Amino acid sequence: MIPTEFLLFAFLMVIALMISRLRHLFAAAMLSGMFSLVSAGLFTLMDAVDVAFTEAAVGAGVSTILLLGTLSLTSHEERQRPIRILPFVIVFLTGAALFVGTLDMPAYGDPQAPIHLYLESDYVRGTQAEFGIPNIVTAVLASYRGYDTLGETAVIFTAAVGILALLIRGSGPEKGADS
Amino acid sequence: MKISVMPMRDKIILRVVSRFLIPFILLFGLYVQFHGDYGPGGGFQAGVIFAAGFVLYGLIFGLDNLKKVAPLRIVEIFLAVGLLIYGGVGVETMLLSGNYLDYKVLDGADPRHGLHLGILLVEIGVGLTVASSMLVFFYAFAGRKHS
Repeated sequence: MIPTEFLLFAFLMVIALMISRLRHLFAAAMLSGMFSLVSAGLFTLMDAVDVAFTEAAVGAGVSTILLLGTLSLTSHEERQRPIRILPFVIVFLTGAALFVGTLDMPAYGDPQAPIHLYLESDYVRGTQAEFGIPNIVTAVLASYRGYDTLGETAVIFTAAVGILALLIRGSGPEKGADS
Repeated sequence: MKISVMPMRDKIILRVVSRFLIPFILLFGLYVQFHGDYGPGGGFQAGVIFAAGFVLYGLIFGLDNLKKVAPLRIVEIFLAVGLLIYGGVGVETMLLSGNYLDYKVLDGADPRHGLHLGILLVEIGVGLTVASSMLVFFYAFAGRKHS
């Protein structure tokens, strides 16, 4: 019996290969949404349900819609360009290096992995003793690592303000008149 | 395909199904927001799910109707209010002579209740900012026309 993770990973690879082969951008955008949905399934299998929520809502939902919105501004077909060898070699080598890098990582769920030996046991015990809430992830995100989450919220805020300033406020009356 | 110009409101199946789904998406967003202490989720996930409900509404019923439901002016205000809530909780804990974002001092009698309150407030701040920024992205990209 093949584990479901393997099937999903194989599916991810097939989708990725198809996206790279397709010239039809609408189909590629839809396939990237499928890629996110299959990833969300993988995250669910790895017990990271909160990451799966985010992947399904952002990756499969909102960003696919943003891609489609962008497609309405440009053409539906990718321009045919001659196949070049050097970019392919660079991408292949980078991918191979990343693959070799994963061989050094501890096995999935290994209790002796460094991440489980330092601080994590404090968090697991502290969440029960201090907070009395079952969800350790929430305790780490909102309290133990509260500064980081504040920074992340500020990053999202800054991104939205940048979009507001450039795309919504930036295309004011003087630019809207000539379009 | 033009999201802003060609609303899918004329397709009856899409309209009926989305009208049926959107309340549940929003309710699920609120559940993930306020149940984050106990189940999976928290402010970020809740904000994204909540915004996805609005985006679905905008897709089916058109950008103009979405702007009536969630005017950009109000979305902008919530965008800032979310981050202000987060930072404000930190300032409040300092005013109560604790460290920045040390939620225990929020309730002098029961530090554990203070922790719960702090996490709840901070997650609401994250949720507001994330949901608003997703909507800002949608407004910015769906509203653009050929130049």
